[in-house]
Amino acid sequence: MLKANEESLGAAMIPSYDFSKANTIVSVGANFLCSWGATIENTKQYGQTREVGEGKNEMSRHYHFESILTLTGANADYRTPIKPSEEGAVVIQLYNLIANKAGRSIVSGGIEKPTLAKAADELWENRGKALVVAGSNDKAIQILVNGINDMLNSYGSTILPNLPVNYRMGNDEAMATFMNDVQANRIGSVIFYNCNPVYDHPMGAQLAESLKNISLSVATGFKEEETGTLCQFLAPDHHYLESWNDAEPRTNHFSLAQPTITPIFMTRAAQESFLVWSGEEQTNYFEFVKENWRSRFYQGGQFDFQTFWDKCLYDGVYEQTAQGGSVSFNGNVSEAASSIATNYKPGDLELVIYANGTVGNGSQANNPLLQELADPITKVVWDNYVTVSPKDAGDISFDESHTKLATITVNDKSIKLPIMVQPGQTPGTIGVALGYGRTKAGKVADGIGANAYPLVSMVNGSLSYVATGVKFQKHDDEDYQLAQTQTQNTYMGRKSVIQETTLQDFNNGTFEKEKFRPVVNTWKEKDHKIDPEKMTLWNNYEYKGHHWGMAIDLNTCTGCSACIVACNVENNVAVVGREEVINRREMQWLRIDRYYSSDANADDWTGAEKASENPDVVFQPMLCQHCNSAPCETVCPVAATTHSTEGLNQMAYNRCIGTRYCANNCPYKVRRFNWFKYHDNKQFATVNTSMNTDLGKMVLNPDVTVRSRGVMEKCTFCVQRIQSGKLSARKERRTLKDGEVVTACAAACTTGAILFGDMNDPESRIAKHLKVRPTYPDKPYVNDKDSENLRAYSVLEEINTRPNIFYLAKVRNRDEANV
Amino acid sequence: MQVTSAIRDPLITGGKTLKDVSHDVSRQVENKPTGLWYIGMAISLSLLAFGFYCVCVLLWEGIGVWGLNKTVGWAWDITNFVWWVGIGHAGTLISAILLLFRQRWRMSINRAAEAMTIFAVICAATFPMMHMGRLWLGFYWALPLPNTYGSLWVNFNSPLLWDVFAISTYFIVSLVFWYIGLIPDFATIRDRAYVQGADTRAAIYNALSFGWQGGAKTWMRYESVALILAGLSTPLVLSVHTIVSMDFATSVIPGWHTTIFPPYFVAGAIFSGFAMVLTLVLVTRKVFKLEDYITIYHIEMMNIIIIVTGSIVGIAYITELFIAWYSGVEYEGYAFFNRVQGPYAWAYWSMMTCNVISPQLFWIKKIRTSLVATFVLSIVVNIGMWFERFVIIVTSLHRDYLPSSWTMFHPTMYDIGEYLFTFGFFFTAFLLFAKFFPVVNMAEIKSILKATSSEGKHGTPREADKTRH
Repeated sequence: MLKANEESLGAAMIPSYDFSKANTIVSVGANFLCSWGATIENTKQYGQTREVGEGKNEMSRHYHFESILTLTGANADYRTPIKPSEEGAVVIQLYNLIANKAGRSIVSGGIEKPTLAKAADELWENRGKALVVAGSNDKAIQILVNGINDMLNSYGSTILPNLPVNYRMGNDEAMATFMNDVQANRIGSVIFYNCNPVYDHPMGAQLAESLKNISLSVATGFKEEETGTLCQFLAPDHHYLESWNDAEPRTNHFSLAQPTITPIFMTRAAQESFLVWSGEEQTNYFEFVKENWRSRFYQGGQFDFQTFWDKCLYDGVYEQTAQGGSVSFNGNVSEAASSIATNYKPGDLELVIYANGTVGNGSQANNPLLQELADPITKVVWDNYVTVSPKDAGDISFDESHTKLATITVNDKSIKLPIMVQPGQTPGTIGVALGYGRTKAGKVADGIGANAYPLVSMVNGSLSYVATGVKFQKHDDEDYQLAQTQTQNTYMGRKSVIQETTLQDFNNGTFEKEKFRPVVNTWKEKDHKIDPEKMTLWNNYEYKGHHWGMAIDLNTCTGCSACIVACNVENNVAVVGREEVINRREMQWLRIDRYYSSDANADDWTGAEKASENPDVVFQPMLCQHCNSAPCETVCPVAATTHSTEGLNQMAYNRCIGTRYCANNCPYKVRRFNWFKYHDNKQFATVNTSMNTDLGKMVLNPDVTVRSRGVMEKCTFCVQRIQSGKLSARKERRTLKDGEVVTACAAACTTGAILFGDMNDPESRIAKHLKVRPTYPDKPYVNDKDSENLRAYSVLEEINTRPNIFYLAKVRNRDEANV
Repeated sequence: MQVTSAIRDPLITGGKTLKDVSHDVSRQVENKPTGLWYIGMAISLSLLAFGFYCVCVLLWEGIGVWGLNKTVGWAWDITNFVWWVGIGHAGTLISAILLLFRQRWRMSINRAAEAMTIFAVICAATFPMMHMGRLWLGFYWALPLPNTYGSLWVNFNSPLLWDVFAISTYFIVSLVFWYIGLIPDFATIRDRAYVQGADTRAAIYNALSFGWQGGAKTWMRYESVALILAGLSTPLVLSVHTIVSMDFATSVIPGWHTTIFPPYFVAGAIFSGFAMVLTLVLVTRKVFKLEDYITIYHIEMMNIIIIVTGSIVGIAYITELFIAWYSGVEYEGYAFFNRVQGPYAWAYWSMMTCNVISPQLFWIKKIRTSLVATFVLSIVVNIGMWFERFVIIVTSLHRDYLPSSWTMFHPTMYDIGEYLFTFGFFFTAFLLFAKFFPVVNMAEIKSILKATSSEGKHGTPREADKTRH
């Protein structure tokens, strides 16, 4: 991409993108919500375009062309499966369609795909508010994409060339040259600065071989890792939370990193090592950074330097005014098109190597929280696998994740992995995730899965994560079971679980008319139907102070799963490992249910179990619903789970005797039982590292109890945060402000899909967002709430559990309900 | 007008005298156990030992050694609990309700049936105990005891708490009823021991009989107490399994939330209880040579009860299916569709075959008077009733409201081990009972001997009447 921009825009830079300005987004294999570009920023901006409600009846339309089902593809309005070798052709086709409208000359090549012409029409209509991105590393493809964006006037609106980013600036060619030089013995000494090419470069194995021929090899890093163990010298670096640092993530945006803890071990900042080795007099890295900032940024004036420094540290960022700006496109598109035609020949079976949404490139693979975080799409944990379309999977039933192993061979390099049957995957394509097969990462990650980096090859001067000449051999005699947190993929057409509509239906009132609202027939007269909540036997609760509630927007939830990790960390949720997930006993309090659509009717109960070939996807974060008529509370024999005066369903761990009746009776199945002692237990020492060693225990949140064996646990709405928020407000003799207390999941949510707050406070964001009103106007003492937001619904409303969590229905920006 | 009822066939055959009765029943207690008894005991004790190992592992490691998961929180544990409680019901029905209805054929079998009740209830009670995550606290926290926690009470809304009361009441009443019935028989054994010169045995059975002396007044009081206890036990036959069924019926889980459960569970309990009584009694009468006391007539009567209760259960199954369709409730409908067609359909159809079809064979007189057929079918019925509870508990839980949480349940060695533990306990206890306690109620049998024994000294009752006149 750097090279493409250098050739076609005149600057070797990667621009910033502004998805929030885009009405029409077309992505060709760019997984921009998960692994492409500034994912968090992309997600936030993308989320802004997906919000729908009163006063905002527009949302972006997202076309996606990809081979494997990715997180981004799962969020698209129109998703078209293509083969990896067709990416270039799709971009050419799109270029030509738009060039026709723009009056530019067309190039040769291109391929017809459904929705491509429609996408081109809408891109053209939305010129200046459109964005096309492609995931390929190929210069030629990116030049054509630049050409399209140029015709669409995207530069300056959705693409910001004046704000180039400074990460992902690596040069694949230069790295390959280095690798070859090492092999040819042309390198005398090398320092690996916190990197691990032995693991994560396709030629890592050769590097490992030839490293011993280098006369001086040094590696820095806070862990050994594959490269470090092969070097002569290892210079232990601080962990990044122990060290001072500065950065320029985006041109003219400077940032400081401040240690949060004194170094635990005898380590030295790598930068300080460099200062020592280079014979500098000043070897204190903190002083060095400070001095650097004084000379580069401090301009004197009314503040002394210390004040300036403190302010920068407080703000976390120092910005200088941006320079540069507009770019002009003069790429050679026809040359790019012919390069695509020569480089991409369709194969019978094509391979996509991708970074998944959990362990990513594998550098953090030793973190058990990431290993146990289910992949947002496949819901597999603790493993990598080869994704195969249901058509290609043949006779693999995939019943309860039981599958077979397969060997994948590319350029004489093979890896053996279990087969994952994945709806939405293009037939004739297989996918393998990076980040597994670590050997020296630590006790958590070592030996999990196989390393896919050796299968990556060089195409057109950059690393290509697709391959065409792939041999795939299924081993019918080798059984394997994957660990999945969810094995039923469809929601069986259950409208009280998932409600969705199209933007059109939402805007023209069809949704309002057809929205699923359960009613109950009464004895009074024929056709007299009432809301089930009107016939409760309970007196319900009165919340005089706060009434905590949550709104979860299925439209802006991208399924990224950051909330799950945040919840695990905040609440000391145990990690249980692969075997226990196979036993279906993961402990996560918050999960994201991922449902595929089915081609069958909702009343065909056998057919509805099967996902479509190219399914629509919906993500539903599911956690304790804090029901006002909680089924769990009535059945506990010892009253260990009770209702608080603020609407929380609370668990007294100390009182729990572990009958599991509450979990059985929970319609949402969000309660988690401590089947074993997960802390200080050898059985879990390699997976639940934060509860089994003294060092690991430093990670635990001191405000939250570590639960013992035999008790039930579940989401508390982060009651420790609520209590501490109330206490600080009380100390300051004031009332709690809205937004002062947020749950860990809401805090971690990039798009703001999870909103937490006090529904009793009419000024709170949640009260306004949901437009809460009392459920029983005739019972003023009862403080139960309903939402008047049209999209709001309670999951399983008809069983009248009266949850304090409201979901906002999913809206797809599509002309018809199903493609 | 005088109505002369037809002469009934004698309940006790073989022309037994009063002495014969005492001898036939007491000799098991007085003689050395047979080889068969030792074999039975060895098998039972090994089951008990293996089961005990499994229980120890469970208590040491945690509930995770079972196959349960986040969705299926109960499986074999509560299945076994309900199964054992159900089995117990026959004993109470025989000793209480049949006493009130003056069904004298019950006298030959009530002792063994009541013993079965006691042991079955103990077996049942182990499961709610063992299934608790923290038994060491739960065993007394589940009781409404005064405490210093503020004071913290149990949750009277919880059906599990109702279970605690129901089962403990049931156990205590059954135990007292059974023991009081034993007192005169203990005295008989004591008296025989004195005659035989076995002083130790005499002393032990004297203590067990509370020094029973058999005076007319004592007998009068004894009869009154028996009647009162029968009155107390009668509602328990209906209430205990009603309350057990409420564990499910009061929940919100489709397949559990069903108003038909109380009568359906009670019928099922009696159904399985009688099957278990038959299994035990058929073995006991053979091993202890009690064919004259427990006759084909007894077996046939019990088989008739099995037809009746089995049919009630069958109707209940069909009603459930009908209501699942007729109610139009999506989740209820799916729960039953899933039972019939889902991954646990094999369990559902095993249940249907064993519980609905197999007892209907007893309409054929030849089958219901055949010992072999009865023995086989009594076991089939109990397998079916186990599957009934498994189907209700597991198939309802494993696929409930949110499809994302659907799972399967796979039992482990420890699930099976805990079940075997209760079998080991049950048979060990029953064998000990059969050896050391009179398995047939001698005192009561003697009361019907004269009136029913046609081949006795006095001839048929009618002949006896003639001589008396």
